[in-house]
Amino acid sequence: MIVEAGHFALILAFALSLAQASAPLVGARRGDPALMAVGTSAALGQFVLVALAFAALAWAHLTSDFSVLNVAENSHSAAPAIYKFSGVWGNHEGSMLLWTLILAVFGAIVAGFGRSLPTRLRADALAVQGMISAAFLAFILLTSNPFERLSPAPFEGQDLNPILQDPGLAIHPPLLYLGYVGFSIVFSFAAAALIEGRIDAAWARFVRPFALIAWCFLTLGIAVGSYWAYYTLGWGGFWFWDPVENASLMPWLAGTAFIHSAAVMEKRDALKVWTIFLAILVFSFSLLGTFLVRSGVLTSVHAFASDPRRGVFILVILAAFIAGPLALFAWRAPMLRQGGLFAPISREGALVLNNLLLTTVCAIVFFGTLYPLALEQATGEKITVGAPFFNLTAGVLMMAIAFATPFGFSLAWKRGDLLGVAERLAVAFAGGFIVLVALVAFLRGGPVLAPIAASLAVFVMLGTLSEIVSRAWRRGASLGVMLSRLAGLPLSFWGGALAHFGAGVALLGLASTGFGAETIAMMKAGEMQTVGPYQITLDSLGDRAGPNYRESVGEMTIRKDGVVVATVEPARRLFATRQMATTQAGIVTLRLGQVYTAIGDPNDNGAVAARLYWKPLVTLIWLGAVVMALGGALSLADRRLRFGAPAPARSAAAAAARGAG
Amino acid sequence: MAWLRALLALGFLLVAAVAGAVQPDEVMKDPALEARARTLSAELRCLVCQNQSIDNSDAPLARDIRLLIRDRIGQGESNDAVRAFLVSRYGNFILLKPPFELATLLLWLSGPLTLTLGALGVYLARRRAPPPSPPLSAEEEKRLEEIAGGEAES
Repeated sequence: MIVEAGHFALILAFALSLAQASAPLVGARRGDPALMAVGTSAALGQFVLVALAFAALAWAHLTSDFSVLNVAENSHSAAPAIYKFSGVWGNHEGSMLLWTLILAVFGAIVAGFGRSLPTRLRADALAVQGMISAAFLAFILLTSNPFERLSPAPFEGQDLNPILQDPGLAIHPPLLYLGYVGFSIVFSFAAAALIEGRIDAAWARFVRPFALIAWCFLTLGIAVGSYWAYYTLGWGGFWFWDPVENASLMPWLAGTAFIHSAAVMEKRDALKVWTIFLAILVFSFSLLGTFLVRSGVLTSVHAFASDPRRGVFILVILAAFIAGPLALFAWRAPMLRQGGLFAPISREGALVLNNLLLTTVCAIVFFGTLYPLALEQATGEKITVGAPFFNLTAGVLMMAIAFATPFGFSLAWKRGDLLGVAERLAVAFAGGFIVLVALVAFLRGGPVLAPIAASLAVFVMLGTLSEIVSRAWRRGASLGVMLSRLAGLPLSFWGGALAHFGAGVALLGLASTGFGAETIAMMKAGEMQTVGPYQITLDSLGDRAGPNYRESVGEMTIRKDGVVVATVEPARRLFATRQMATTQAGIVTLRLGQVYTAIGDPNDNGAVAARLYWKPLVTLIWLGAVVMALGGALSLADRRLRFGAPAPARSAAAAAARGAG
Repeated sequence: MAWLRALLALGFLLVAAVAGAVQPDEVMKDPALEARARTLSAELRCLVCQNQSIDNSDAPLARDIRLLIRDRIGQGESNDAVRAFLVSRYGNFILLKPPFELATLLLWLSGPLTLTLGALGVYLARRRAPPPSPPLSAEEEKRLEEIAGGEAES
């Protein structure tokens, strides 16, 4: 009954989304406030209904109602509650429902808190948002119904895929979807601005909070996914340039570019057309990612054909939501007036370079991901584009971006002084150079890219710090004055500084992977192996039973110069229901690095294949991402950027004066 | 997106990405040769996996190729010779970094082309834009100051 109620709520939500997609649009054209207000109520109602549907599915999962096909296929009565719950989105149908729920959440935020927005812009944006909802709700209802019943109901479910029985599943997809779908608001506002045929700096002010929220979540989502892969796969890889990963990286790259160009638009009223274009691009990449993952086109072209309804449906959605706004863009963009002039050497100029480079990386990832598919379709020739290609092409460009970052962050708006900036960055430059020389001298003949990346990382971090210092420092000023100057800097500055610093931190973590150590050996109980600066002893091997699995566990002690520093328990888990084994790595964080251990199945002699790694500074990769997201959150907290904050009157007057001047 | 990858791997049903990679009995005695073998295997695709190198794959075929590489390196073959042999046997599909040739021209040039077109676009957009207006006169500056009320620059 509850399940049917959920299904019914979803159908009602679809009906409401149709109303939301049409009424406000007509209302905005006719200037009818009542029709425009339909969008607000419909968005709020839709959120309630989709939330009900989601709750109904979650209830079915939590109570192990195996008469629901989705539950029977993806749950088990013995599974811990957290995996019963996260199992809701650990499958195709449920994950699409989560996607739609988050879409509805964002729609409700615009509807509920957007009162200070221009009425017509809000009505149009909600209408576009309604169109996206309608498309995805139709997709779920027609091809991926999570509420389908199964008769007769089985006694036991088939259990969730063991690889997904991990806290990572509870966190990673929701974060990622908040990122993906958050950019839908930016997209809707861009489409609304194009429908209106008018955009100004205020537009950037409206969408920047949404872009920042989405970007923060996407950053965290990617980081969590990467850490999950790292500890699950048993050898410590954290990024594979896998098409599915690339699908999440493309919106991130385009979204990062968007945040920067929106800043230019907001501050200087420049790059308007480009910013609108990026807004469309970011969400297009989100949709493309959804299409690539959901249609199964990536696994093989045949999987696509085996379930043509889903694949074709998403392809149609993709085409409509990319081609439509792009056509609108082509029609309207020439009418948009460009403003805000600037010299090539300026903050704006640097941000144009930033956008150029980020877009290029994005293009490389795009081509690298889709080229094999296209080539096979066109000529039948099969090629592979993997990590070595991306590391060479995108990697080098990312380093160029890192090098340019401190310059852009330190340049003044409108007309910058490159020489002055270079002077201010001298300390940072020296720091990076010292690191480079030290690493090269110390390692002699080691990896080539790692020392360069490490020195760039130090340059980015020191460069950010020196910009903070130079904002406060004045010759002869007392410490108190300098501190109060620091305290007076706007939160958005601190947010930017933190995010750039975080990027440096993450880059240092990435570079450090070049300096790790690895030992692969057969080990019996009592034997010792050395990896990097540590000695690792396998004390014992044993068996243990978990709630829905059995595992063989190795107890290992880690020593440094004979002193015990930690113990770890790497294990192999066997899940009986699906007859699958997973690796539980034994990991311990020492300073900022990690000792990573994994074992295989014991052989007849009682020995196991052990893989031992020392990964110096590896945690910085994810800590850096967290710092970046914190930076984004800090910018978000800036009063002037708060969503729905009344625009200060005097800045409107200043804008008028600028227009006059 | 580990879970999505896992779903994909399931769909493929050929390999579950767990506890993979080089086994102790594969490792060559000479560390220099072993290092060469590892470098080489990181560049080669596991043919039956979803976008994994043979260096970190569990699949039996990946292990066979790892052993084949070590065998040939042990016999004194160069990395290039081993790579050429594998390409002749499995095609370019086995290379994680596709060769630069006519069929992959657009792929390899995607970066440089985007950068060039983008730079050209920026250049044209700047040329089309009207020249910067002359700086404000002292009187205008004063008037602006009045209106803006000394709004902080950030």
